[in-house]
Amino acid sequence: MDRKTRERIVYGAVWLACLAPFVWLAAQAFLAELGANPIERLIRQLGVWGLRLLIVGLAITPLARILKQPRLIRFRRTVGLFAFAYVSAHLLTYVGVDQYFDFGAVWRDILKRPFITLGMMAFVLLVPLAATSTNGMIRRLGPQAWRRLHWLIYAIVPLGVVHYYLLVKADHRPPLVYGAIVFVLLGWRVAERLRNLRS
Amino acid sequence: MLIRNAAGLTENDVTPHEVYLRRREFMAAGLAAGLGLAGGAAAAPLAFKPSKWSTDEKRTKLEDITSYNNFYEFGVDKDDPAKNAGRLKTSPWSVVIEGECAKPGRYALEDILKTAPLEERIYRLRCVEGWSMVIPWIGLPLAALIGRVQPTSKAKFVSFETLMRPDQMIGQRSPYLDWPYREGLRIDEVVNPLTLLAVGLYGQTLPNQNGAPIRLVVPWKYGFKSIKSVVRIRLQETQPKTTWQMLNAREYGFYSNVNPAVDHPRWSQANERRIGEFRRRETLLFNGYGDQVAGMYRGMDLRKFY
Repeated sequence: MDRKTRERIVYGAVWLACLAPFVWLAAQAFLAELGANPIERLIRQLGVWGLRLLIVGLAITPLARILKQPRLIRFRRTVGLFAFAYVSAHLLTYVGVDQYFDFGAVWRDILKRPFITLGMMAFVLLVPLAATSTNGMIRRLGPQAWRRLHWLIYAIVPLGVVHYYLLVKADHRPPLVYGAIVFVLLGWRVAERLRNLRS
Repeated sequence: MLIRNAAGLTENDVTPHEVYLRRREFMAAGLAAGLGLAGGAAAAPLAFKPSKWSTDEKRTKLEDITSYNNFYEFGVDKDDPAKNAGRLKTSPWSVVIEGECAKPGRYALEDILKTAPLEERIYRLRCVEGWSMVIPWIGLPLAALIGRVQPTSKAKFVSFETLMRPDQMIGQRSPYLDWPYREGLRIDEVVNPLTLLAVGLYGQTLPNQNGAPIRLVVPWKYGFKSIKSVVRIRLQETQPKTTWQMLNAREYGFYSNVNPAVDHPRWSQANERRIGEFRRRETLLFNGYGDQVAGMYRGMDLRKFY
């Protein structure tokens, strides 16, 4: 097998892995296997998978450096765009299915409910990142400006974790686990920066 | 021939029509239970009479009532109780009744069941999370049991406790709530005719995930007030501490009456999703039971006493 074929297979596998939760949820919805409150289940699952993929995206750069595999970086865009797709579907299910496009109620929720305010902020900040994900946009912005813009992700992922934490009633361990992982991934970057400054 | 007992018999002594119609199912269920086919605590049929307090709204599917539960003793996810509650042994069962009453003691479940004839009460249930169901409970009025133990004049409140048994209730091994689960009511709420001690649903004994073998049902309050698998009832002079209030007093008050105008600090209570329905529906003050209960809160600021 030549290198190109192998690359394609690896890339295809990453793509399928990102798509798998969608397929799984769609199959469950189709078979009416989403439980007694399918709308709630769908919103939760889409949100959690969006957060997981955002975290995977944050982990790629440290992994590429630590494992000395710079080519891993090329998966960041795929993972990031899939994360955006899950988060968009999460929001769309809340607005369109849960609230039945009652924009007045959604707006009141955004103003009044801190967890929705933060979730909405995270989504709004994600939009420019998704919109500037093409090679053309990187060229047009210039790599430096593009890099700076995409630092927004360091604010977006913690917002997503807090959004999750705030809606939990009693058992805060799952959002805290996500929070700890994000803390490590961001902490690694801070440490890396400090090391570079010193040398 | 002189039939001496006839006058003592009432309509209640007759097998309810619904039970009669389903007699073959009951025989089949009994047979399955006898053969140990059902595993764990098998559902057993109950005899009951209808009640004027029942709603005629469409009942939530049994499958949904038994698979979508908040019963943190068995885990925090909605499907955890159905998965994990099978290990709970509910027989033998007794309830300690103590405090401000003339006849405190340990009452066996079989004895409690003799307190009053069982009734079917089809009630709306509104969860604090914003969903609701319509559940055909089988039970007896709590007032009957409390009357039996003869409360003293000092009995202003009643507190309730769930069983503490971490080896069978795996959620209790994690300290996200301060176990055992505790709830409380004011004495007038306790003796309100709507307040039910449920031992069954859909004509059968309670599944474990729904609070077997005996639980409280207070239909005008958020679901978490309706404490499950009760082992202790204490009559007391002071307002008891309750589990959710202890965890977060700003979010969960002692009264926790269903009220669309008083939001949970993190989400709206104005509407709810009835399980099995697509569109949300308006939430009703006191969950629609205002005629029976609003009088108890007259003059109280429901925003302050949430």
